[in-house]
Amino acid sequence: MATYSTNEFKGGLKIMLDNDPCSIIENEFVKPGKGQAFNRVKIRNLKTGRVIERTFKSGETVEAADVMETDMQYLYSDGEFWHFMDPDSYEQIAAGEAAVAEAKKWLKEQDSCLVTLWDGVPISITPPNFVELEVTETDPGVRGDTSGGGGKPATLQTGAVVRVPLFIDVGEIVKVDTRTGEYVGRARD
Amino acid sequence: MPGTDIPADWRPGASKKVLLLRATVMARIRGFFHERNVLEVDTPQLASAATTDPAIDSFQTDYTGPGAAHGKPLYLCSSPEFFMKRLLAAGSGAIFQLAHVFRNGEHGARHNPEFMMLEWYRPGFDHHALMDEIDDLLVEVLDGLVDYRAARRIGYRDWFLEETGLDPWLDDTCAFRGFASEKLGIETLPALDDTDRDGWLDLVVTHWLEPRLGHKTQFVYDYPPSQASLARVRNGRYPVAERFELYAGGVELANGFHELTDAKEQAQRFEAENRCRVQRGQAEMPVDAALIGALAHGLPECSGVALGFDRLLMLATGASAIDAVMPFGLDHV
Repeated sequence: MATYSTNEFKGGLKIMLDNDPCSIIENEFVKPGKGQAFNRVKIRNLKTGRVIERTFKSGETVEAADVMETDMQYLYSDGEFWHFMDPDSYEQIAAGEAAVAEAKKWLKEQDSCLVTLWDGVPISITPPNFVELEVTETDPGVRGDTSGGGGKPATLQTGAVVRVPLFIDVGEIVKVDTRTGEYVGRARD
Repeated sequence: MPGTDIPADWRPGASKKVLLLRATVMARIRGFFHERNVLEVDTPQLASAATTDPAIDSFQTDYTGPGAAHGKPLYLCSSPEFFMKRLLAAGSGAIFQLAHVFRNGEHGARHNPEFMMLEWYRPGFDHHALMDEIDDLLVEVLDGLVDYRAARRIGYRDWFLEETGLDPWLDDTCAFRGFASEKLGIETLPALDDTDRDGWLDLVVTHWLEPRLGHKTQFVYDYPPSQASLARVRNGRYPVAERFELYAGGVELANGFHELTDAKEQAQRFEAENRCRVQRGQAEMPVDAALIGALAHGLPECSGVALGFDRLLMLATGASAIDAVMPFGLDHV
């Protein structure tokens, strides 16, 4: 069993905590001049996404999490599972609803996603930072409006709803930042 | 340049402005002490003895050469206090030093394994008189840089009682464990067991009391005797160690003692600390016999304090990382 000492703690390190794989976000070393040293650590639970704070006595060791992050191509969803493929080995994996979570509204076939595997099982999917999706539903475009001020809701091909400027019409391809869910611009080809 | 690897980042961590400020603050400190007839000294950074304090890990190196053909272990000083007390016992009178000191295993936003310490000793002062002088010094050296006001003073026991309702002298570790669970959300800390009372006190200090101080300045004095370090213990209903700490700008800035002058008691403390080190699996450290000799000869009644010079600059600049106020912190050396 691989372990890490608190001296190895840094952002991005994957450890096991309460039987769940976690990723260290921030590690703060605190020590009174003549006393015990502690590490106050901010940790993201990779299964739930929840951020928690934990304290360790400096020098303590924790179990390493067998977590791997890899880029995979999104293939399709059968309603129950979302299927991804390793572009090099063509190996396929299926991720469940919990792993896909919020990412599912951005998933477009052929797009490359970051897949987090724990013991070989996908536990979370991170969509690309920017996706280009077709508008399938929105109020008719308003000619002459170029400011985008205010905007209107638009439903995209994946089901996601984003606010777009008034001049955007059904059938247009828009670029969206998946981290904020905000419209960035018209896709250029 | 063929054959030369140019490091990716050779630049210092501190800006030119901060370097100028470092020089200014050093000059003001020297001015303050010269004005008060406190002698500047400089003691070795390599010593054949080390601190036995279980909370401090010394760097060790080896000297090989004339006089030591087969090598002689030397330790980088974690504080100049042992040498300075030998000067005091030899009749130096009041002394101060700006010294580089070294501590293994310490690195973080407020810690660097090498840092600068301002240490000074005042014969005839008790710890309260020394706290007065620290206030005077800080008002003077921080003038025009940051608004320093004389710190509030509170006993360690009252600080705990006021902020937590816990009594560090009387409550058992169960009470501290309960507090950690209820207020800090720390359910388990397997490495901190029931016998480690001082560990629980430190946990409450670092996780609850210090953060609640914010940037307020405060002296805390009269520590539990188990944390006496090199301070004298005053007997009474609750025996207290005549030790104090200063918190300012969100950091622990200074640690001082009404100094223990009893050679026998000092030797016993060193031995007890070494036993504790062995129990915890740490290396036993060579005890400074010369310091014991100096105390036996006679250390004048005095108080002394160590003030983190780099942290003082953090306070002066508002920097949140010690790296930003040092020419070259660990990541730059």
